Amino acid sequence: MKYMLLIYAASVDAASQCTPQDWIEHEKAMRDAGVLVGGHSLADLTTATTVRVDAAGERNVTDGPFAETREVLGGYEVIDVPNLDVALDWAARCPGSRGGGSVVVRPIADFGDSTD
Amino acid sequence: MGESDAAAEGLRDGRPSTCPDSASPSAATSIEAVFREERGRLLAALVHRFGDLDLAEEVASEAVEAALVHWPADGVPRRPGAWLLTTARRKAVDRLRRDTAYAARLAVLQVEADRADPSPPADADGDLPDERLQLFFTCAHPALSAEDRGALTLRCLAGLTTPEVARAFLIPTATMAQRIVRVKRKIRQARIPFRVPGPDELPDRLPGVLQVLYSLYTEGYAASSGPNLQRLDVAEEALRLTRILYRLLPAEREIAGLLALLLSTHARRDARTGLDGEIRLLDEQDRSRWDRTMIEEGRELAVTALTGGPPGPYGVQAAIAALHVEAQDVDCTDWPQIVALYDVLLRLTPSPVVAVNRAVAVAMRDGPEAGLRLLAALADEPRLRGYGPYPTARGDLLRRLDRCDEAASAYREALELAHTEPERAHLRRRLASVRRGCSTESPEL
Repeated sequence: MKYMLLIYAASVDAASQCTPQDWIEHEKAMRDAGVLVGGHSLADLTTATTVRVDAAGERNVTDGPFAETREVLGGYEVIDVPNLDVALDWAARCPGSRGGGSVVVRPIADFGDSTD
Repeated sequence: MGESDAAAEGLRDGRPSTCPDSASPSAATSIEAVFREERGRLLAALVHRFGDLDLAEEVASEAVEAALVHWPADGVPRRPGAWLLTTARRKAVDRLRRDTAYAARLAVLQVEADRADPSPPADADGDLPDERLQLFFTCAHPALSAEDRGALTLRCLAGLTTPEVARAFLIPTATMAQRIVRVKRKIRQARIPFRVPGPDELPDRLPGVLQVLYSLYTEGYAASSGPNLQRLDVAEEALRLTRILYRLLPAEREIAGLLALLLSTHARRDARTGLDGEIRLLDEQDRSRWDRTMIEEGRELAVTALTGGPPGPYGVQAAIAALHVEAQDVDCTDWPQIVALYDVLLRLTPSPVVAVNRAVAVAMRDGPEAGLRLLAALADEPRLRGYGPYPTARGDLLRRLDRCDEAASAYREALELAHTEPERAHLRRRLASVRRGCSTESPEL
C-alpha cells in the first residue's frame, strides 16, 4: 500500500528547527527500512507558476500561487508500507512534522490494476 | 459507493424486525437476545478473518437471516455464536470464490484454510476466541473524527442498526447511513488496520478508546439536546461495552476507572429526574432510589483503578464519584477528600471544566465565598464561553449568599445555554426561587 506524505512547512519565513542532517538521516532510515518509493523537496514557493487551459484551449499562465495560508507545501515522500498505522509512524518521524510543520498522509488511489 | 450504498446501509439490519411465522414469540425473543449478544463478537471474528468490514457485515447479516429460518424449526443451537460464525464464514468463502478480483484485493490468507476446515476454532472452554479488542481500536482510531468513532462503535461493537445509531445521535437515518458509508470507505481505502496496538503503543491509543465509550455514555446519560434528559439505552450500551473492554484488558487500571465512574454515575439514573421528568441535582435526589449493587461494584473497581501505580484521570474521577454516592447526604460527603482528588485531576488533565467542579467542591468545604472567588478567577477563560454549568454554579453559590439579583442574572445566562428541556425547567425553577427570595427584584423579571 502506497502513501504520499505531503510535508507542509511551518511558515514561509520561519527558520526551520530541523537541520539538513535531520533530513539526510530520515531519508536513510526510510531507505534502510525499504519503504521509500520516492520523494522530493520543492523549491521556494516564489518560483511557482500556474497553468490553466480554458474550454477554448487557450493557455493561461500566471505567476504564483503565493502563500495565502500559513502552511506551504515544501516537499513530499512516497512510501510503501502495510497499513495506515505504519504510514503514520513514518510521518511522525519526518522532520517536517515538527516545529509547527505538519505532514498530511494520503493513500495513493488503487484502481485495481496493480497487485498491491 | 454512492447513494444506493447509503440507502442499503440504512436498510441493512442485522436483526430483521419481521420473524418467520413459525417462530413462537419466546423463540423470537431468545433469538433476538442471542443476536444482540453475539453480533459484535461475530463481526469482530469475521473482520479478523477477512480484514474487511463490509464483507464481514454482509455475511454476518446473511448468517442471521439463515438462523431466522433454521432456529425456530430446529431450536437454538447449543453454541449459537459458533453456528453463526461457521455459517457466515462459509458464505464469505463462497462470495470470495465468485468474486476473485475482490478476493485478490483483500489478499485473504485464511480462505484456503477455511475451505478445508470451516469449523471455527474454539478455546478450551468451547468458546469462540474474542476478537473484539481489535475492533475497539479500529473504531476509535485517531484517524477518524470523534463523532464517526462513536457512531462506528455503536454500529459495529454494540450491534445497533443504522436507524438505531441515528436515533442515538438524533440525526436522520439517511445522514447517519452516509456517514457510516464514508467512515467505512476511509477504513478500507486508507487501510486502517484491524489490530491491537502493541504494549508500547497502548498508552497512546487506549485513552482514545476510553474517550469514545465515555462520550457515548454521557451522550446517553445527559443527552446533549432534545426533550429527554437521558437516553438510557445508549448509556447502557456504553456501560456494557466498557465491561467487555475491561474483560478483554483486565490489567488496564484506567478501564477499571472508567467502568467504576460509569457505574457510580449510572447507579443514580432513577433518582436524576422527578416524576414530572424534571432534573434533580445531587443534593435533591432521593438516595433510596440509588442502585446499591452498582455503587458497591463501582467502589471496588475504583479501588482497583487507584491501586498498584500512579493514578489516571478516570481512576481519580471514579474515586470522586464513589465518594459522592457513598455519603448519606450532601453534608456528610467527604468534601476535603473530594477537593484533594480534584487537585490531582487538575494536575493530570488541566482544564477549566475541572476547575469549575473543584470550585464547587471548595465551596462545600469552605463556604460559598471561597467557591465564588475561584469561579471569578475563571471569568475570562475562553473555553468556558457557552459552558452552561459555569453560570449555574455561580448562580447556586450567589443564591446561598442571598445575593438574589446576581443569582437571577447568572441563572438567566445559564438558561440561554441549556440544551435540554429538563435542564431549562430546572433553571426556571431556580430562577423563580431566587425571585421569591428577593424583595428588591423588580416584579417583571
